[in-house]
Amino acid sequence: MTRVEIAGVGMHPFGRFDDRSVVDLGVAAVRAALADAGIGAGDFQAAFCGSVYSGVAAGHKVLTVLGMTGMPILNVEAGCASGAAAIDLGVSAIREGRYDRVLVFGMEKMPRGIIRSSFFEPWREEAGLAVTPAYFALRAQKLMLESGVTREMLAQVSVKNHDNGVDNPNAMFRKPFTVEQVLESKMVCDPLTLFMLCSPNEGAAAVVLERGTGSRVPVVASAIRSHLPGSVLGEHTPLSGLIDDDNPPPTTLAARAAFEQAGIGPQDLDVCEVQDTDAARELNTCEELGLCAVGGAGEFFAAGHSQMTGRIPINPSGGLLSKGEPLGASGIGGVIDVYRQLRGFAGKRQVEGARIGLAHTVGRGANASVIILGPL
Amino acid sequence: MQPVREGLFRACDDGTARLLGGRCGECQRVHFPRGETCPYCSAEDCSDAELGPRGTLWLYTSVLRAPPGYRGDVPFGFGIVELEQGARVISRLTEADPARLRRGQSMRLVVDRLHNDEDGNPVSTYAFAPEGE
Ligand SMILES: [Zn+2]
Repeated sequence: MTRVEIAGVGMHPFGRFDDRSVVDLGVAAVRAALADAGIGAGDFQAAFCGSVYSGVAAGHKVLTVLGMTGMPILNVEAGCASGAAAIDLGVSAIREGRYDRVLVFGMEKMPRGIIRSSFFEPWREEAGLAVTPAYFALRAQKLMLESGVTREMLAQVSVKNHDNGVDNPNAMFRKPFTVEQVLESKMVCDPLTLFMLCSPNEGAAAVVLERGTGSRVPVVASAIRSHLPGSVLGEHTPLSGLIDDDNPPPTTLAARAAFEQAGIGPQDLDVCEVQDTDAARELNTCEELGLCAVGGAGEFFAAGHSQMTGRIPINPSGGLLSKGEPLGASGIGGVIDVYRQLRGFAGKRQVEGARIGLAHTVGRGANASVIILGPL
Repeated sequence: MQPVREGLFRACDDGTARLLGGRCGECQRVHFPRGETCPYCSAEDCSDAELGPRGTLWLYTSVLRAPPGYRGDVPFGFGIVELEQGARVISRLTEADPARLRRGQSMRLVVDRLHNDEDGNPVSTYAFAPEGE
């Protein structure tokens, strides 16, 4: 199969930037990625842009500013997986031989306050059923009832990720917390407190992908999957579902496909960046990716496996809990964080000797993506 | 009371309610709200099926601040109940204190007031109440 490699990466930090438009953010990330790849106008044959709240033809607006148009520009929306979906399209297009080099980018300025999502019909909002953190809380409670997870562990996940985020210059929150501070922060939906939830914010990220020759970090797998019917607790938030706990969630479906493409298993991974929209989501993901058994998330976390010093450090970037979540950019940001680990560029957050890494997203739709990079 | 949406539920004389769901003629599984196509096997052979009123509590939490578009009181309970007919349903709960709820608890479906509309008329939705309250 055609080898797809990462030729360059660029980011605009994640945070709040009142003086910059979403196009400004996208332009900054694209400029940085093109400079990193050492290319310019005319050097890529297609562009894929992930975004959710940026309006019509957002990717076109970014590339118009840069004078880099004329090629196909595709705007991609897939909820929290939007950026990863843009990468998936770019990888597929190169594998299929359509292009030698493509630009993938994503950017977002998330609305402030409680986000009113068009995902919910108006009557569901009126009935009080459009309450996103409550769905997160139910998943957290399920882990507490079935996977040996405690409230303290939920707080410890947040502590771990905020500790990791201190040294990430692109993160929004770079302050450590104690378990007590996390537990005593404002209750949002029991058992989740404010510091266990990530903040929607702003930012942009870009990568240049090309048909490779073996000299750069390869994308060895990319898979996107939506939910199967039957589960009531997925990110697709239906009103009813079957009593069937064996129904594999989209993350598991995407992981199976990605591991098959890469010809490896979860035991071969050296580092992971996973969706931690809330602290419980990270623990769920460990089970869904197969890093531990279903029902084993509490034991896995308590053993320290996901810590920086553990067997498979999870979210050494600080995760979304530290970075914040600009939907179109966050999936690409996770891939860039893994890429930096494999290049040895992660500074104080470096996982020594990291050769193979996985980036994961899951969100509304429900969509999940799993992208595996390396080895060189 | 005016329901928040027609076709979702029906109030019964004994104070309980039924959800207006569907049953698939092919795979026999139930769904809610009622659709023309079975969401599990895609068959176009669904008929009306009233669901409830009994169920058991599976997962629960409490909503402390009003979510977008909601005009009723807070806090309110929020959870997933396993219906006697074999499906799990996401629902409002009449009990808002998680300390007073537990997995496996018997629940019954009722009609609960949400808020009053512009003309002062009450608007209702379905909710699960702990059995015996
Ligand atoms: Zn069916």
